Amino acid sequence: MAKRIDVSGLSAYYGSFRAIEDISMTVEPRSVTAFIGPSGCGKSTFLRTLNRMHEVTPGGRVEGKVMLDDENLYAAGIDPVSVRREVGMVFQRPNPFPTMSVYDNVAAGLKLLGSYKKSQLDDIVEKSLRGANLWNEVKDRLNKPGSGLSGGQQQRLCIARAIAVEPNVLLMDEPCSALDPISTLAIEDLIGELKERFTIVIVTHNMQQAARVSDRTAFFNLAAVGQPGKLIEIDDTERIFSNPSVQATEDYISGRFG
Amino acid sequence: MSTVLTDKRPTTLRGASLPKWSPWVIAAGSVAVAVGIGLGAGLDSRIQWGLIAAILYVLGTYAIASMVEGKRQAKDRIATSLVWVAFLLAVVPLASLVWATVERGVKVLDVYFLTHSMGVVGDREPGGGIYHAIIGTLEQVGLATLIAAPIGVLTAIYLVEYGRGNLARAVTFFVDVMTGIPSIVAGLFILSIMLIFEMQPFGFAGSLALAILMMPVVVRSTEEMLKLVPNELREASLALGVPKWRTILKIVLPTAIGGITTGIMLAIARIAGETAPVLLLVFGNPFINNNPFEGAQASLPLYIYQQYSQSAGAEPAYDRAWAASLTLIAFVMILNLLARGIARWKAPKTGR
Repeated sequence: MAKRIDVSGLSAYYGSFRAIEDISMTVEPRSVTAFIGPSGCGKSTFLRTLNRMHEVTPGGRVEGKVMLDDENLYAAGIDPVSVRREVGMVFQRPNPFPTMSVYDNVAAGLKLLGSYKKSQLDDIVEKSLRGANLWNEVKDRLNKPGSGLSGGQQQRLCIARAIAVEPNVLLMDEPCSALDPISTLAIEDLIGELKERFTIVIVTHNMQQAARVSDRTAFFNLAAVGQPGKLIEIDDTERIFSNPSVQATEDYISGRFG
Repeated sequence: MSTVLTDKRPTTLRGASLPKWSPWVIAAGSVAVAVGIGLGAGLDSRIQWGLIAAILYVLGTYAIASMVEGKRQAKDRIATSLVWVAFLLAVVPLASLVWATVERGVKVLDVYFLTHSMGVVGDREPGGGIYHAIIGTLEQVGLATLIAAPIGVLTAIYLVEYGRGNLARAVTFFVDVMTGIPSIVAGLFILSIMLIFEMQPFGFAGSLALAILMMPVVVRSTEEMLKLVPNELREASLALGVPKWRTILKIVLPTAIGGITTGIMLAIARIAGETAPVLLLVFGNPFINNNPFEGAQASLPLYIYQQYSQSAGAEPAYDRAWAASLTLIAFVMILNLLARGIARWKAPKTGR
């Protein structure tokens, strides 16, 4: 299921503004890779280039290569819709579909993609909700609106929705920034379980979180406001937090700037 | 070097305040004074009395409040009193309009009136009804909606979801221009086409003109509703690998459907009362004509107009005109209530 991502020479633009410049990295399958860095350094932009969501923004444009195993996501003839089926995404703010019940939210991806039998859907919904550690909390109210859940439950509902379509990679854009510590812990535990099956990339502002959940950590920085963001270094999380090879990383992690 | 500022703050947080009933007393007082002034100066118009009372109320509130409570509270009270005066100014004409229509309309409004046409009834004789006009209005407005609603909604979807650059700007511009088209001009436009093909008046021609009037309203309201759908929902759906058109169909439209329906209903309400294009294109017909594609038809606003203009002051015709007005208002109101009902029923659910 999980696939390796290999990025080389990637730049992303908003109109004529270059948001990130010349990024190359490898994301290992069945592992958690965390992106850290100051606000505006292009972590989220880079994340969105990994499932071609960047180009959804008006003026969004990408140069470079993103290899998912042996396929370049930006090669001619690649359908962005199929890319997004392979590479799922969880957003910063929980965004369940307001017109749909809990059940329909989880089944949304499948229902909108093709036809499934009711019993098949039931199985997948239960499996995904169990996978997101939400089943026990919502099994009695599957037909209630998804927007009636608490913030943390909504975010886990969004994760369930994302894993229901069985992607190979799961991108998470600050999934815990709108949540309380207990919901955060629930989602961090969940990330630990999900990495057995998926390749996970997570953007976070919380360095303790990066240290807790990730196997590898990438540090992004920008030279100045208005300059494109760059990848400073990527290494094993332990090494980044104990003995980084670049001075800027150490400064950022120890709180000397940013 | 330090300057000493005198601290003007009072030593206590509790200030003097007017009692709760004071606005009512001030209102009653200003009405009484206004009546006095009106009688004394011999002003005939009750409207003048009302306006004097309103001005006295606003000024009196300000004067009394600034004496007792101080400047800031007086400003607050003047704003409140202005809102109340504006509210009354808006409601009084509306209520009197509804009252006048109901009072005069119920005289002849009964089942017979709703189910019979004017077929063999002379303009100045009593009897007859509006069945033919109701049929005409329903068919013309219904057909206009069938044309304008889909085109309008699709245009709005294009503008919000796809439109970039010059084409979208041009479409927006022309929709704005269309909003400003007077109904008689829309009627003349269709009429000129009819004259080219030497056609006689028929119901569907009226529908076409009404559709022209309805379309920009639908586009505008739908556009606003689609813009209210959070971008996050679109992104969530796209990130699941759902194609854009399915995202729009299954996520964006259902989320906005309540507001879109309300917009369409309001647009229908607007065109249901149009007289000018119907007069030009549908012509009016005292007999029942169920076929909107051939022969002249009637419609409610046209019926009202013709009862007034062709009867030379005959009492029965006036009564019929008022009853038809009441029917038209009721029709529009029922549509509005329906729209609200649908909006509430379809609105995104928040319950637990």
